Amino acid sequence: MAEPAPPTDLNEAELGAGHAINELLAGFMQELRAAGLPVSLTENLDAMEAVKHIPMEDREAFKYALAATLVKNNSHWRAFETVFEVYFSYRGPEYELDPDSDLSEALEELMDQLQGDQGEDGQQAGGGGAMDAMTPEEIAKMLMKALQQGDQGMMRAVARQSVKRFAGMEPGRPVGGTYYLYRTLRHLDLDGVLDQLMDQARQESPDPLTGLEERLERDEYETRIEKLKQEIESEIRRRLVADRGVEAMARTLRKPLPEDIDFMHASREEMVQLRKAIYPLTRKLAVRLARKRRHGRKGPLDFRSTIRHSLSYGGVPAEPKFRYPRPAKPEIFVVADISGSVASFARFTLHLVYAIQGQFSKVRAFVFIDGVDEVTRLFEGVEDIAEAVHRVNTEADVVWVDGHSDYGHAFEVFWSTYGKDVGPKTTVLLLGDARNNYHASQSWVVKEMQHRARHVYWLNPEPKSYWDTGDSIMGEYAGYTDGVFECRNLRQLERFVDILE
Amino acid sequence: MADYRFESVPAVRESLAKVDYLSDEGIAGIVYLADRLGKPILVEGPAGTGKTQLAKSVAEMAGARLIRLQCYEGLDESKALYEWNYKKQLLRIQAAGKGEDGGSDDWDELSGDIFSDEFLLTRPLLEAITAEDPVVLLIDEVDRVEVETEALLLEILSDYTVSIPELGTIEAKQIPMVFLTSNNTRELSEALKRRCLYLHVDYPDLEREKEIVLTKVPDITESLADQVARIVRSIRNLELKKSPSVSETLDWARTLILLGVQQVDAETARNTIGILLKYQSDITKALRELEDAKSDMHADANA
Repeated sequence: MAEPAPPTDLNEAELGAGHAINELLAGFMQELRAAGLPVSLTENLDAMEAVKHIPMEDREAFKYALAATLVKNNSHWRAFETVFEVYFSYRGPEYELDPDSDLSEALEELMDQLQGDQGEDGQQAGGGGAMDAMTPEEIAKMLMKALQQGDQGMMRAVARQSVKRFAGMEPGRPVGGTYYLYRTLRHLDLDGVLDQLMDQARQESPDPLTGLEERLERDEYETRIEKLKQEIESEIRRRLVADRGVEAMARTLRKPLPEDIDFMHASREEMVQLRKAIYPLTRKLAVRLARKRRHGRKGPLDFRSTIRHSLSYGGVPAEPKFRYPRPAKPEIFVVADISGSVASFARFTLHLVYAIQGQFSKVRAFVFIDGVDEVTRLFEGVEDIAEAVHRVNTEADVVWVDGHSDYGHAFEVFWSTYGKDVGPKTTVLLLGDARNNYHASQSWVVKEMQHRARHVYWLNPEPKSYWDTGDSIMGEYAGYTDGVFECRNLRQLERFVDILE
Repeated sequence: MADYRFESVPAVRESLAKVDYLSDEGIAGIVYLADRLGKPILVEGPAGTGKTQLAKSVAEMAGARLIRLQCYEGLDESKALYEWNYKKQLLRIQAAGKGEDGGSDDWDELSGDIFSDEFLLTRPLLEAITAEDPVVLLIDEVDRVEVETEALLLEILSDYTVSIPELGTIEAKQIPMVFLTSNNTRELSEALKRRCLYLHVDYPDLEREKEIVLTKVPDITESLADQVARIVRSIRNLELKKSPSVSETLDWARTLILLGVQQVDAETARNTIGILLKYQSDITKALRELEDAKSDMHADANA
């Protein structure tokens, strides 16, 4: 067991040196904080107390114990898990690098099965070392077998083999884990495997599969493939950590919390996370806004009611009564740039605004690139906001000349067509990066808007330091708005909606 | 420190299974840990995943009395902690006044008297603290109270004491197990979270859901339970307004039994899906997705 990386000190911890594990935990906490998780001192102490009761050998229990004391928000779980995997990746028998572990037993069993199936000569698979000689075809067969049986141990074995074979990892090469993941997955062709599995399922079933059955089979295999991907990912992580050490890898593998994911640079996987995160967020926001409206405000004195109640005090108005507060609900106009890079930002903002539309008297949505189109109708009577938002991108008529952002022209058209609807109750939200492709800014429109509307806010998904660089003309519009807000992630978006009224 | 309630994590799991609560590694681990560390558990998760049931089952398994505080907007300390029984106090004062005309010595005695245990109405939190017998305290849907009211809970959660200005601090005779549940309609305060162990209960995975169905629905066959669990999982994979909860799964399974269904086909699913899903838009979506043979997940993923 020659492990060059720092975690080899863990063996000392196993010998009972309590402070070794505390030191390890301290590093672990530091990394959690660096990844953005709010870990307080008390929680830190709790975790140290907790691990006294849970043996580290039971890896799952150990993980849950740490999570129970350190992670107090479910959306932080992924970030936590990544750090955990990196820090404790050597723990537990199934993660041992030693070829004699029960892992290779599973592998051998699998090989035996395969060979039994094919009636081939079973020479090459003598022990763990000989596995290196596996050909891609054999791996592909193993893969099918493992997925069909859905056996965890076999999947892990396959994951390990395929990483070894396909990832082409070289010691010391400064490449991130995603590169290796991509390489491995490309070789495995999991989409093709899924089709094959489905074909097989269809053949094996006595009757032709109904739509429902087909769907269920597919879901089952997809779950298994997802598991396999996770195994591959953790195998790559394990090898990277072994190569480069815990600290270095913790930094590179760090995953942002969902609320910190940058809208403009989110990967596909992160997009899925964002979409998941937005549901609970909208619910929370709606509750918060509704409460804010109900509390903390009092209407004017209700004279009649006060007099009536004074009767029970012998005519002394001891208990002043106030009118029920009826704060005006604002009208919201969302005017969003949906061209290429900022499209996802517009989607999330539209989603959020519509999800809390109960808090506003009316919401209207306009989207533009160089032409402008009203998309309110897509949201009307629709219960599924996500789908409506999706339709915006496909159905809105927003291209005027060439499909490059032209804020000036879009604003002009907006103003001439819908400007009359903007009134003193209206709050206008302008969404976009203000990258105008060197067209005329027509900033007078925004000035007029501010004049007539209750508020005009601008949300920009670019970092503040990029504003007014290149073709961004944020500054030109900014002067006429009631505020320009940097909105790069859900956290900032949430903060903005909170002040909206 | 002497006596813990539970031996080990697997022991917790087993005894929970005995009272028909099928836990997983995480749940059992945290219940065990809460006992060892003497800390409350904050249980969060979607509606209908058995958060409240967990507290009930733990009470049943430990042979403890369950004290429940249902939270709502406007909950205050007189409902949660304690209240002075002022009517009784009033009577006491009047009774004293009748006997002899109250001098100043008497007043001291009297005021000491009316602020004593006798005139104290205990509410759930105080009751849990003062109980002699083993209790499990369940503070249900804690996210419904206002942020300010949360502060009421802090003292009892961290020190297991209740301070009453007139009486002093009442300490717990024994540390009760405390569960707080939250549907996550708002972010709970840091102070509250810090004092608790955090447990997120999600929808169970396929195996566990099947087990749950098998345990809770008598007469169901293994294969039907398996099918039920798989269909429910597929439905939960869709983006719906409200995913089916565990209790809805159970209702559905029971319905199928009542209807004498051996095998769920598309027809049965269409007729009974109203038990799983409660929004028309969800139903339409689920039916469309599930019956569409070549449902293209890839198009979905690209959206």
